[in-house]
Amino acid sequence: MTEPVALRQTILRSATKQVTIGHEHPFCIIGERINPTGRKIFQEALRAGDLSLIEKDVAAQVAGGADVLDVNMGVPLTDEAELLENAIRLVQSLTDLPICIDSSVVEALEAGLAAYQGRALVNSVTAEDERLAAILPLVKKYDAAVVALPNDHDEIPMESGKRIELVGKIVRVATEEYGISIDDIVIDPLAMPIGADSSVGATALETIREIKARWGLNMTCGASNVSFGMPGRHAINAAWLPLAMGAGMTSAIMDARTPAVVESVRAADLLLGHDEWGGTWIRMHRAKVAAAAAAEAAAAEAAAAATPAP
Amino acid sequence: MTREEILTGLYEQTLVGNGPEVLSLTEQGLGMGMEPSTLLFDALIPSLEEVGARFERGDFFVPEMLIAGRAMAGAMERLRPLLADTGVETIGKFLMGTVKGDVHDIGKNLVNIMLEGAGFEVIDLGVQVAPEKFVSAIEEHQPDIVGFSAFLTTTMPMFKANINALEKAGLRDQVIVMVGGAPVTQEYADAVGADGYAADASATVKRAKDLLAGKRALVGAGA
Repeated sequence: MTEPVALRQTILRSATKQVTIGHEHPFCIIGERINPTGRKIFQEALRAGDLSLIEKDVAAQVAGGADVLDVNMGVPLTDEAELLENAIRLVQSLTDLPICIDSSVVEALEAGLAAYQGRALVNSVTAEDERLAAILPLVKKYDAAVVALPNDHDEIPMESGKRIELVGKIVRVATEEYGISIDDIVIDPLAMPIGADSSVGATALETIREIKARWGLNMTCGASNVSFGMPGRHAINAAWLPLAMGAGMTSAIMDARTPAVVESVRAADLLLGHDEWGGTWIRMHRAKVAAAAAAEAAAAEAAAAATPAP
Repeated sequence: MTREEILTGLYEQTLVGNGPEVLSLTEQGLGMGMEPSTLLFDALIPSLEEVGARFERGDFFVPEMLIAGRAMAGAMERLRPLLADTGVETIGKFLMGTVKGDVHDIGKNLVNIMLEGAGFEVIDLGVQVAPEKFVSAIEEHQPDIVGFSAFLTTTMPMFKANINALEKAGLRDQVIVMVGGAPVTQEYADAVGADGYAADASATVKRAKDLLAGKRALVGAGA
């Protein structure tokens, strides 16, 4: 047996706030809804230069307990670079959470990074040579961290061994050729929809364990991807994340508006020893009780107002 | 087993995605002298049509759709050469592929299943299909319709690249071009010069049939 590898820490910052993704830290919830894909009204508003819908999404993700916000402005037939740059400025004026800048358009990533104040997470690069060559210099130039997917030109590798090989390539190229710290590489081990193939959950878990054992890297995933096409998606996501966390997943890009999934993550933090004396868990409980009491009081008041005086 | 029982069995076993049983019933039916086209049109296609209808209603989920599609595909592998020998025509030939740079295939596979359920012959080129590959496959298979699938806003521009390649190869007028995928819109389909777009699998089938009927009417009128 070789020595266990160091467990990596990915530090993200806004102008005023720092968030650490790490194996010894609470799970990092990257709120995902600041994204117009599949939302027609949002897309039309963005095309017209109206960014106001972003405010509501940011507020909802922050209220739900997001640690970082994913910002994606992929609207077809628009100047994504300009849109993303404006969106980043706006989101940073609304919240002090660090941002995950999400685009596959290199120019948009660069515009977003240039506008961003702090240390961003770039989402994402693959193991393809030309993607690595286009995106890693930006990660280095703007002192960011990067999400990397172990897939190349062919199909997404369905077996763990091929993904591990591609992670090895990403780590080598990023650290040796571009001088990026291994702490700043966050791997997405590719958790595929379980509805399309019953073996993908086990494959992903095996990949996660192996990545942690070999490199101690941080990892993230699109939390809802596993449940695509299945009924009861929230329950599946709420089961998946604690399993993945037990194997070594340290963050997820997920919708923080779903309490069942957020609670499953925080409960797993507690059980894995990442929530000392249950401080976060108890604080969440109190907030829930207070919110329920406030809602009840408001309902009682409304009922009293509706009742005519005797 | 009676012929009626074979057909009922094929319908029910396809519906639940029991591949081995579907293949076995297909063999039994053929062994009894049943026409391949009867097995296809009176059992397999109606069954897959029902699968699609249930999926659309939200009563069926992705795994059920996929295993039903696979069960039918197993039987089709056995029937296709026989159907070709007897000169049975499918309603149309659909060439499908996910564009270059894109590895997403679940949505495309669901569309394939619905198309097969509607009686189309589907030739699936898989994922990461380069424009040249579409061109050579169109030359080889002579499809009525070619479908480009893209899941990412960044791979959608491949629609235009593919259409350009078809134009350059002189194939654009021979084939109907349909595009689809999660981020694709009618507006985008129009902008790249596609003939058709549909938002989901069942809409794709309807649109494909309409486009095909329109083209055949045009060819008929022009002749």
